[in-house]
Amino acid sequence: MDTSSIINPDIPAIRLEGVRMIRSGQLVLDDFNLEVPPGKVTAIMGPSGSGKTTVLKLITGQLKPDAGRIFVGDIDVCELKRNELNAVRRHIGVLLQNGALLTDMTCFDNVALPLREHTELPENLIEKLVLIKLQAVGLRGAAQMYPQQLSGGMVRRVATARALALDPDLMLYDEPFAGLDPISLAATGRLIRQINRVIGITSLVITHDVAEVSKFADYACIMANGKVVACGIPDQLGDDGNEIIHQFLQGLPDGPVPFHYPAPDFEKQLLDNGERK
Amino acid sequence: MKSSNQVEIAAGIFLLLGIAALIFLAVEATDSGAVKSGETYEIRAYFTNVGGLKPKAPVAMAGVTIGRVASIELDNESLEARVLMKINSSFDDLPSDTSASVLTSGILGDQYVGLEPGGAPDALADGDRILLTNSAVVLEQLIGRYLFNSDEESE
Amino acid sequence: MSAASSQPWILMAIRRLGNAGVFLLTALGGMRCSFFHAGETMRQIYYIGARSLVIIMMSGFFVGLVMTLQTYDTLTRFGAGDSVSTVLGLALFKELGPVLTAILFAGRAGTAVAAEIGLMRATEQIDALDLMGIDPIERIVQPRLLAGFIAVPILTLVFNFMALLGGVFFAIGMMGIDPLTFWGNMQNSIGLWEDFGTGMFKAVAFGVIASWLAVYFGWTAKPTSEGVAKATTHTVIATAISVLLLDFVLSALML
Repeated sequence: MDTSSIINPDIPAIRLEGVRMIRSGQLVLDDFNLEVPPGKVTAIMGPSGSGKTTVLKLITGQLKPDAGRIFVGDIDVCELKRNELNAVRRHIGVLLQNGALLTDMTCFDNVALPLREHTELPENLIEKLVLIKLQAVGLRGAAQMYPQQLSGGMVRRVATARALALDPDLMLYDEPFAGLDPISLAATGRLIRQINRVIGITSLVITHDVAEVSKFADYACIMANGKVVACGIPDQLGDDGNEIIHQFLQGLPDGPVPFHYPAPDFEKQLLDNGERK
Repeated sequence: MKSSNQVEIAAGIFLLLGIAALIFLAVEATDSGAVKSGETYEIRAYFTNVGGLKPKAPVAMAGVTIGRVASIELDNESLEARVLMKINSSFDDLPSDTSASVLTSGILGDQYVGLEPGGAPDALADGDRILLTNSAVVLEQLIGRYLFNSDEESE
Repeated sequence: MSAASSQPWILMAIRRLGNAGVFLLTALGGMRCSFFHAGETMRQIYYIGARSLVIIMMSGFFVGLVMTLQTYDTLTRFGAGDSVSTVLGLALFKELGPVLTAILFAGRAGTAVAAEIGLMRATEQIDALDLMGIDPIERIVQPRLLAGFIAVPILTLVFNFMALLGGVFFAIGMMGIDPLTFWGNMQNSIGLWEDFGTGMFKAVAFGVIASWLAVYFGWTAKPTSEGVAKATTHTVIATAISVLLLDFVLSALML
C-alpha cells in the first residue's frame, strides 16, 4: 500500500484550471478556476444547481471535464488510468450526501470494508482500527447496528468514519449539513473541524449553510453561474458589493438568482386560456 | 438479518438438497442402472429383417437386460442388417451357439434383442458373431401366412 | 437520452443486447478467487436460491400432480395408463422442469436482484464503492451472477423431484398404479444422458440467462423509483421470452 501523501504542503491541494463542463445540454461550469489550500478546511458554497456536486465528481475522477484540467496535489486526475485512479482514490475520503452505507452490512463491517479490501492487515488489528474510527465520530456503541436502524445524521457520521478508514490525505464532504437538526448540525461541524485540526487532513466541504461555514471553515468560495465569484476568509466575504454574493449571503429570495423560472408573459398566458374556453 | 453463520449453513443445506435430488433422480428415474458397470464387450449378429429395432435397445437373456444395441447398419456384402451389441462384461460366459431374435416387449412395446443360450462349452468373446438369428416378425407377413394356412386347412 | 428516440427500436434493442453482452463478459472476466467474495457468493446462494425453495417446491408438486392427472386420463382411454410415469418423466425432465423453474426464478429471485442492485445505484452505494477504490461489479454483481448460475440447476432438480412426488402421489396414491410398474416404466424409457442430461444442460443455460438479465437490468436501472420498477418488469419479461426461445433452439438442436 502506497502510504506517501498525495498532498504536497507547498502547493494547492486541489486545483481546477479553466474547467468547462456541460451536462444534459446545460453549461454547468464555465472557465471554472479554483485553488484549495492544503491542510485547511475550505467551503464551497453556492445556490442549488450551481454545479457544486459536479466539482466534487470532477475531483474524484467520476466525471471528465469537457475542457480544462484538474489537479490533486501535482497529479493530473484526467490523465489517470483506471487502476491509477483507484490508487489515488484511496488517499481521498468522500462523504456522500446520504452517507451511502451498504445496507446489507453492519456499521462495523461498513467501516471495515476499505481496510479488508485494500490492506493485508490481520482481522484483530482491523477490529481495533474500526473501533478507533467509530470512537472518533462518537458511534462506537452503534457498531453492530445496521444503517436502517440509525438516523440520517448518525448514518453520515458512520460514513465519515468509513471515509477516514484508510487515513486519507484529503476529505471531501458533499452537503454534510443538509437536513440535520441543530444538535446534529453542531456535532457535524465540530467533527469536520476536529478531523482537520487533529489529523491535518485537507478538507473540502460543499454546503449552502452560510451560518455554519464561518464556524468551521478557514476559507470559503462562492460559486454561481458556473464560475467562482468570491473567495476568502468567511468573515470577510460579502464585502465585495457583488450582487450574487450579496443575495446568497443575505438569503434574499429574489435577485440575480431569480425567483421565477423563465416563463412566457403571465398576463398573456392567463388571457389566452380565457379565450380558448 | 440472519447471522452470517446461519446464512452459510442454510446455503450449504441448499446445495446438499440439490445434490441429493440429483442422485435420486438420476438413479431412480432414469435408465442409468443399465450403464452402471461400464465395461462391455462387443458381439455381432446378422438379421434379414430387424423390424423396428433401434440403437440403444436392450439386449436381454431370460428377460434380464445384459447389454445394449450399439449400432444397426446394412452389410454391403450379404445385404443383411448387421447389429452390433455391447454386452456387459460380467456376462462373459454366453455359449458360442447362442441365438438372437428380435422380439417385442408386450403387445405394442418397443423391440429388443432376446438371446437364447445354446449348449456349446466355449463362450462368446469380443468381436464374435452370433450364427443363429431370428428376424423380427412383420405383421403383414404374419397375416399373409395365417390366411395362406387357413386356406390350406379349409381345403 | 434525447437522441435515442430518433433511432428505430430494433437498433436500440441490438445496442442494448450488445451492451448486456459486454457487461456479462466484464463481470465474468475479472474473477478473482478471493475468499472474501466466496463468502459473499454463498450468502447470495442463500438469498437467491434457498429463499426460492418454497415457491419452487410448491409449484413443482402441483405441476407434477396436474400433469399426471391430465395425462393419465388421456392415456387410460388407449389402455396405456401404465405409461403415465414415462410421459411425466420425459415432459418434466426435458421441458417443464428447466423452463418453469427458470421463469419462476426470474419472478422471485430475478426481480429481487434487479431491484436490489437498482436501489443500490439509486442510494449511491455503487458510487461509494467506486470512490473507495472497490470494484462494484466484483463485489455486487459477480456474487449474484455466480449464485444464480449455481442456484437455478439446483432449483430445477428440486422442482423435478417435487413434481415426481406429485405424480407419485396421484398415480400410486390416488389411482393405485403399481409402484414397480410406475418406476420400472420410467426407468426403462428415460435415458440418463439423452433425456435427464439434456434437461439439466438446459437448466444450466437458463440459469445463466436468468441471472445475467437480472443483474444487467438492475445495474442499468435509472436511479429513480420508476427506474427500479421498470428494471424488475424488464427482468421477468426478458427472461421469460429468452428462456422460451432458447428452449426451442436447444430442443431442436438436441433432438
